[in-house]
This record gives sequence, structure tokens and C-alpha cells, in this order.
Amino acid sequence: MARMLELTDISVARGGVPVLQGVTCALGAGQALILTGPNGVGKTTLLRAVAGLQPVLAGQMTRPSEGVAYAAHADALKPTLSVAENLSFWAEIFGTRDIAPALSAMGLEGLRHRAAQNLSAGQKRRLGLARLLVTGRKLWLLDEPTVSLDAAAVALFGAVIRAHLTDGGAALMASHIDIGLSEASTLDLSLFRAAPGGTDAFDEAFA
Amino acid sequence: MIALLLRDLRLATRAGGGFGLSLAFFLIVTVLVPFGVGPEGGTLARIAPGILWVGALLASLLSLDRIFALDHEDGSLDILVTAPIPLEGAVLVKAAAHWLVTGLPLTLAAPVLAVLLHLPGPGFFWMTVSLALGTPALSVIGTFGAALTVGLKRGGLLLSLLVLPLYIPTLIFGADCARRGAEGLTAGTPLLMLAGITLGALAILPFAAAAAIRANLR
Repeated sequence: MARMLELTDISVARGGVPVLQGVTCALGAGQALILTGPNGVGKTTLLRAVAGLQPVLAGQMTRPSEGVAYAAHADALKPTLSVAENLSFWAEIFGTRDIAPALSAMGLEGLRHRAAQNLSAGQKRRLGLARLLVTGRKLWLLDEPTVSLDAAAVALFGAVIRAHLTDGGAALMASHIDIGLSEASTLDLSLFRAAPGGTDAFDEAFA
Repeated sequence: MIALLLRDLRLATRAGGGFGLSLAFFLIVTVLVPFGVGPEGGTLARIAPGILWVGALLASLLSLDRIFALDHEDGSLDILVTAPIPLEGAVLVKAAAHWLVTGLPLTLAAPVLAVLLHLPGPGFFWMTVSLALGTPALSVIGTFGAALTVGLKRGGLLLSLLVLPLYIPTLIFGADCARRGAEGLTAGTPLLMLAGITLGALAILPFAAAAAIRANLR
């Protein structure tokens, strides 16, 4: 099975303080991994490091050469642009054209021409997640994807992820809620908590 | 890249986008100065190139903090960094969009507003040319300043303090070019210096700004 992502002995820091160390996991095509752990354990930090937005302190990381699709807490939407304009912008940036499948997958066809500022929180979230579909990338990094989604939308999103996995994609997500992905494995990040003062925090603050 | 430019222009022209803010500020400055200085034509004509240049500079400073701050707040910047387009290119496009909504309208409005300041006849051409060559430098330098302060809440004050000293060479050569033109002297040398500043800023600062963004997102 093709390896999508391989983390070996990864350490990451947030605000100069090491939060996780020794994280080792691997993700192949068709697999999903859910990161769990209490608030502040470093789920977002690890996802940002995998996305390439921040450096790792130590360890080896193999990522897909095409890059990843990252969905953070913020939805990257422009309030004055319509749903279709928001989505086609990201589609063009990522070099894909067709936004119709993404709109229908997240149940947004009826809202195409509505400005993003007039969407409800859950609708905004769905639009933010629809962006993943237009990136055309295999590895998805999802940070609390189900925040403000209702039960039906969570089920809809679960189906989208399942289709993505069947299609040979992979997903690494941080989540507190069970989104009904029975095939996904979980990784409890509290097992990898960095020992306080264990690494040289002084040098990292100036790195 | 084109998509990013079109999006930024669209955002700027929609409600609350800030298009016209710089132009309105420029208009206010040039309308108010004759009231403050007095209607004496000779005095106004002498200070007109400087006033127009300072007005244009401050007007383009006004909208700088929007360049990256909004994209940072709503998470777009994170996605742009992970997107397949080079960040240096995205920075250049952002600067171009800023110039199209501030520098270009200022350049086009300057000859009209110069009438209020009694700018001598030969000065109109040099005023427009010097602004057309100089305002891209203002946008690029400002984009660099915005990139440096991108993670900071209310970074506007720091941004102005960082950017204003960097604007001074552009102001000196730009205003000098317009002044010499207005007085009928040869304005070639300051114009060449101004073009040099613009080209140098265009060549170097997108790389510096992209590096600053990557460091700030950590």
C-alpha cells in the first residue's frame, strides 16, 4: 500500500514551548487517522507542522510531493464573495476548474449565489470543507472539521471523507466528536506529551 | 495568480473593501491645503509637487494593513502558503492589486487635483509620470511592511513606523522630479533614480516579504 504520510519521532513546539515529542505514525492511501487528546495537547500544532506551516523540532517527516489540503479552524472565506466565487477562487488557485461536484457533495447547490456573510455558521463550515474537494489533493489535514455542523451535516461530511478514502485519499484529523468513520484508527496524543524542560527550550525560542 | 488578482480587485470594489478610501484622503488633503496655506498662487505653485507627493504617499499608506491582515484573520493566508502557487508570486500579485486600487487612481487623479494647487503647466506631465513610476514602489514596499507585521494584532502603528522611513527615498526623488519639471528644469536624473527604486523594490522585496510571511506564520 502506498504510504502517504510517515512521521518518525516528531517533536513540535507551540510558542517556543515543546508540546509533543516522539510522535510516530504512518498513513497509507485509503486510511484515516483521528488525533485525540485534551485541549492544548498539540493537535493543531502537529497538523500545522504536517501542513508545512511550521517547522518540526526533531524527527523525520515524509509527505506527499504534491502537498496537502489543510482545513484549519478558520474557513478562509471572504464575506463579500458569494459561495460560488469563494469556491471557484480556491479551485483556480489549486488548478482545478469544476466546483459543481464539491457544491453538491456538501449540499450547497441552493446557496451558490448567496454571499458568504449571509451564511449560517454551519453553512460556512460546509463551504470551508467543500474547499478540500476542489484542491484535488490526496492527503487532507482536518482540524476539528465538525465544529458547528448539525447531525445531518456531520453524516454528509462522513460520507465525503469515506468517498475520498475509497478514491485512494487519506485523512489526518483532529476531532472530539465521533463522525461515524468506523474504519479510522485513532492516535491519543496525550501519550506523546513533551516532558517539561526536557528539551532545550531556550534555543528553540530563538530558532 | 490571475485568480488571486481578480479576487483582490473584486474584494476591494465590494462593500467595505476600501476602494476609494485612499482617493478620498488624497482629495481631502489637496482641497484643504489651499485653505490652510492661503490662496496666494505663487506659494501654492511652489509647494504643489511636494504636497501632491506627500498626499499620495500617505494615501497609499492608509490601506496597507489590509493587504495581509484580512487574509491572515480568516485563514486564507495559511491556505495560500500551502497552495501550489509560489508565495513570492502571490506577494507580487497582492502588491499589484494594491497598486491598482490605490496607486493608479492616485496617479490619474493627481493632474486634476493639481489644478487646485496652481501647479505650473509643464509640471502636469512630470507629476503624472513621477507618480506612475513611483507609486508601484510605494505598493511593493508597503506590501513588504504588511508582511513583516502580519501576525500582529493592530500592527498598523508598527507598520507605519516601519514603512515610512523606507518611503523617504521614493518621496525625495518623486517630488524632486515633479518640482524640477514644474520649474522647467531637466527632470531626467530624479526620474531615473525613481525608476531604479521601483525596479529594485520589485526585484527584491517579494522574496523578502514571502520569507517574512513564512516566519510569521510559525
